[in-house]
Amino acid sequence: MSVSELEETAVAIRRSIVSMLEKAGSGHSAGPLGMADLLTALYFNILKHDPQNPSWEGRDVFYLSNGHTAPVLYAAMAHSGYFPVEELATLRKYGSRLQGHPERSALPGLESTSGPLGSGLSQAAGYAHALQHIDKDFTRFVYVMMGDGELDEGNIWEAAMYAGKYKLRQLIGFVDRNYIQIDGSTEDVMPLEDLRGKFESFGWHVLEIDGHNMQAIIDAVGTAKAVGSRPTVIIAHTVPGKGVGFMEYDHRWHGKAPDAAQAAEALAGLPRAAGKAQNA
Amino acid sequence: MSYPLNPDLHSDDVQREPIRAGFGRGLLEAGKRDESVVALCADLTESTQMSLFQEEFPERFIEVGIAEQNLVTVAAGMAHAGKIPFTSSYAAFSPGRNWEQIKTTAALNDLPVKVIGSHAGLNVGPDGATHQMLEDIAIMRVMPNMVVIAPGDSIEAEKATLAIAQNGAPAYLRLARDRTPIFSTTDAPFEIGRAYLLREGADVTLAGTGTMTYELLIAAEILAAQDVDAEVLHVPTVKPLDEETILASVRRTGRIVTAEEAQRAGGFGSAVAELLGEKLPRPVRRLGVDDRYGETGTPIELLDAFGLTGRHLAATIAEFIAGLDAGSDR
Repeated sequence: MSVSELEETAVAIRRSIVSMLEKAGSGHSAGPLGMADLLTALYFNILKHDPQNPSWEGRDVFYLSNGHTAPVLYAAMAHSGYFPVEELATLRKYGSRLQGHPERSALPGLESTSGPLGSGLSQAAGYAHALQHIDKDFTRFVYVMMGDGELDEGNIWEAAMYAGKYKLRQLIGFVDRNYIQIDGSTEDVMPLEDLRGKFESFGWHVLEIDGHNMQAIIDAVGTAKAVGSRPTVIIAHTVPGKGVGFMEYDHRWHGKAPDAAQAAEALAGLPRAAGKAQNA
Repeated sequence: MSYPLNPDLHSDDVQREPIRAGFGRGLLEAGKRDESVVALCADLTESTQMSLFQEEFPERFIEVGIAEQNLVTVAAGMAHAGKIPFTSSYAAFSPGRNWEQIKTTAALNDLPVKVIGSHAGLNVGPDGATHQMLEDIAIMRVMPNMVVIAPGDSIEAEKATLAIAQNGAPAYLRLARDRTPIFSTTDAPFEIGRAYLLREGADVTLAGTGTMTYELLIAAEILAAQDVDAEVLHVPTVKPLDEETILASVRRTGRIVTAEEAQRAGGFGSAVAELLGEKLPRPVRRLGVDDRYGETGTPIELLDAFGLTGRHLAATIAEFIAGLDAGSDR
């Protein structure tokens, strides 16, 4: 898929996020919209996976550690063929496979359960460590998406130390660096800077990119794979609510879903593509 | 009745060994039988007896450092990749400190992550209340999918370790630090989810888990001298509970006393009381630690002070039965 096709797909995924949240009547808006480009790059370019055979043994593994951003994961999975796009309308409904936070036993293709913050990096590290026994030619990679607010959790830094110690070269982390969490700015709630320096001091290779630049995302992963001696974290600077003007940069949209009128306004600003990308 | 008890059980110099030693041997054997078994430890390798495994399989042993949250979540990731991870620390820290991670990443995902809580109960002795884990049975048995086992001695701990290595489910294994009397034998059966009749009696059922089963056997002998004919059950698996064996015994005796080296609230006795309350309402007396913390002392001083040695248990049980027979103590 070309960069422009990836960009069109990201718009389709944003449209799905807005629609599913509006139908659900609750959920998180800002994070999923901000991460749409990252998840599009992952599911349509970076990950080695087979949506028809989610437990394929040769697959790359993706963990969503900040599980409250489930809508972007579900949208990326649906658009890439794990399940019908129509099923996105069941988000958060009774009996749905699309639980409010991702649950491994509910939906094939989910590698783990998440929601309580801070435990995704450890699981990814555990998987990457196990791969040192299983995948001796380093053909598989383990990716984990973390929110920046979630880096307040001590479990993250336990895992960061661990991955540094064991030089887990198949572990590639993303930090969705949007500077917001529920109570406000990450730097007011609990300052994270110098974030690059923190990870570097734990033995990680650190890259910083514009998390809305498709080519930059793809190139960063290519670099991370080539490092070959250490885990890499890609600090992806994103705009919370990206693509929906009235949500952008506003932390009040962290944990809120749009109503019908807000959703209509949001969708009007996210034009359907004329090209090949699916629209929902 | 066929449970082969240690014939020297009532001797003053009954053989003793830390329950955790049986775990160490069981883990080594589990590692030999299945190469997907890995062991993770939080800086207590010798104390939790993972050292045997570490020496034999250094490439399958992972030192996580003093980080119990990371301990179990790394294990969950390894289980995703097909490993059978055993994690160990003191019970006070795992599952004491990392309960939510165990729930979300191991139990909810129904992964074969094994949580080994060593140094549980009062018998950590001099370390004091901070290190005496008394709440673990309660917090682990309320977790769906989780198997909870408190072996009675080191021989049984070895069998239990092998059993959980093979059962494919998340499991909590509760171990004791102190040299604990051995009441079972290598020929004794162990199956997850089974309770065992150790001594037949008509007057009362005594059901113990973990280290308390031995004390109940001692108590039963003391009671026999007082013409109280006590039946003794050993219930190493607190969850899933062997309802059938417990109910059958209480149908015969009409009353039950439970004992555990843990908080009474929410623990093994509570599980038995829940069962009887719903299926066979009969008098229940739960013995354990009664809503207080432990303190510093030798293990025997503490068991004595908390009324959990055979002699104390016998006195409490005799009182319970006398009260019931007098028709008052309900």
